[in-house]
Amino acid sequence: MATAPRFWRENPSRYNLAGIKCNSCGRFFFPPRTICPVCHRKSVGKIERVKLKGEGKVFSFTEVQEGPEEMAMQRPYVVAMIETEEGVRFTGQVIDCESCDVQIGMPVRAVLRRLSEEGPSGVIHYGFKFTPIKEKAP
Amino acid sequence: MRRVAVIGVGDTEFGELWDSSFREIGIRAGLAAVADANISADKIDALYVGNMSAGRFIEQEHIGALIADYSGLARDHIPATRVEAAGASGGLALRQGFQAVASGLHDIVVVGGAEKMTDVSDTESSNIQSSSADQEWEIVLGATYPALHALIARRHMHVYGTTREQLADVAVKNHKHGSLNPKAQFQRPITRETVLGSPLVSSPLRVFDCAPSSDGAAAVVLCPLDQAKNYTEVPVEIVGTGQASDTLSLHDRKDICTMEATRSAAKRAFDMAGITYKDVDVAEVHDNFTISEILALEDLGFFKKGEGGKATEAGLTGLEGEIAVNTSGGLKARGDPIGATGLAQAVEIVTQLRGKADKRQVKDAQVGLTHNVGGTGATVVVHLFRRV
Repeated sequence: MATAPRFWRENPSRYNLAGIKCNSCGRFFFPPRTICPVCHRKSVGKIERVKLKGEGKVFSFTEVQEGPEEMAMQRPYVVAMIETEEGVRFTGQVIDCESCDVQIGMPVRAVLRRLSEEGPSGVIHYGFKFTPIKEKAP
Repeated sequence: MRRVAVIGVGDTEFGELWDSSFREIGIRAGLAAVADANISADKIDALYVGNMSAGRFIEQEHIGALIADYSGLARDHIPATRVEAAGASGGLALRQGFQAVASGLHDIVVVGGAEKMTDVSDTESSNIQSSSADQEWEIVLGATYPALHALIARRHMHVYGTTREQLADVAVKNHKHGSLNPKAQFQRPITRETVLGSPLVSSPLRVFDCAPSSDGAAAVVLCPLDQAKNYTEVPVEIVGTGQASDTLSLHDRKDICTMEATRSAAKRAFDMAGITYKDVDVAEVHDNFTISEILALEDLGFFKKGEGGKATEAGLTGLEGEIAVNTSGGLKARGDPIGATGLAQAVEIVTQLRGKADKRQVKDAQVGLTHNVGGTGATVVVHLFRRV
């Protein structure tokens, strides 16, 4: 079983979508990285920590029927790739809707949720999932 | 750089080999290759072993020394190196062996690949396979290895109109080929209905879209081309090798329906060989999922982007097709003992180019290709082979 630090060191990104902006080219990346893959060394010293908005659209999705034991209680669940306006893509679960309602192009936003737990008395892991953005009532 | 030939090939049957340990299957494949090359142990200069995750599958690391030892080579103290790049471990080991011979560092090199996957539960095996993707930013967030390929499949269907039936046709073809391969894990033909009626793993992918967990090993013996005739009458030259990497996470790719690493590795191999995809008669591509073969067909250049499914449906990739793909049965039917897969592909291509593939022989095959993928395309290794 992994130690707690392995998980909590990622909390800024898992809880708050901490990513980076490369101030050399203006691109956003998630999770944080040291070097911009477009600007290479030119980006050194120009990487800024930013909180990403976490709003975007479903780019692709799948309903997972077979998965790890930690997720047994959630199965089947929807995993999607989300494309955001900032140009960053995320992989994560889509919740708060029926699987059959998920489709490519559906607007979603990131929310903080329980991801998994290591048995009945183990560590509970939290992180982002995605929830549909409901059309505002007219 | 020296030209390099394959002078011996060997493999085990693939499947659930309950009676055999990791080291036993590794040695069995190696011995078969060495016997095929008709060389004695004292001729072997170095050993490379492709293996993804013995540490987790059998709780044993230090695989290079282990295989050298049980091959009876401990007293010769030969260099023995384990090579890892997830699913591409075997292909990468072959490339390391090629480099060692081409550079002049070694003359006779044995390259093996082995994996023992069935000593752990299916769930644990799946977890281990998932570690070839991004553990922190894909798997922890709920993705699985099949789920990531399902994301590719769904997007490919959305953008190019690839159909669920066309995905099934990949499995049908590869099981048909597997039925002609006495070493394949699955030797029974299946129908579209078998695939479409099998349980969902991660929609739209079903059980019969996925390669199985397997035990198995495969090996080849390499030497400089100008010495090859001393050992065999039917040497096969490795005329091109290409390796490429890409982002570890699928979501960071420019286009999830294209494996840029496949394109880059293939271009490097083709440029080196001075040939094009049109010259290839037979190919072993990395069909760990049915969608993966469709991407491979497109990214290797055999068919235009988006046409891989249609080409499969039209039978263009069968034994009598434009390009015979996965004549061994592929990962899908021959089996996928991860570290062994890249070598098993090489064994099949050499067998085809020697004209020894029996019922699955591609007529007058001259040039063959292997395509070995790690993760969802973060490592790709392509090799080109030609009958001498």
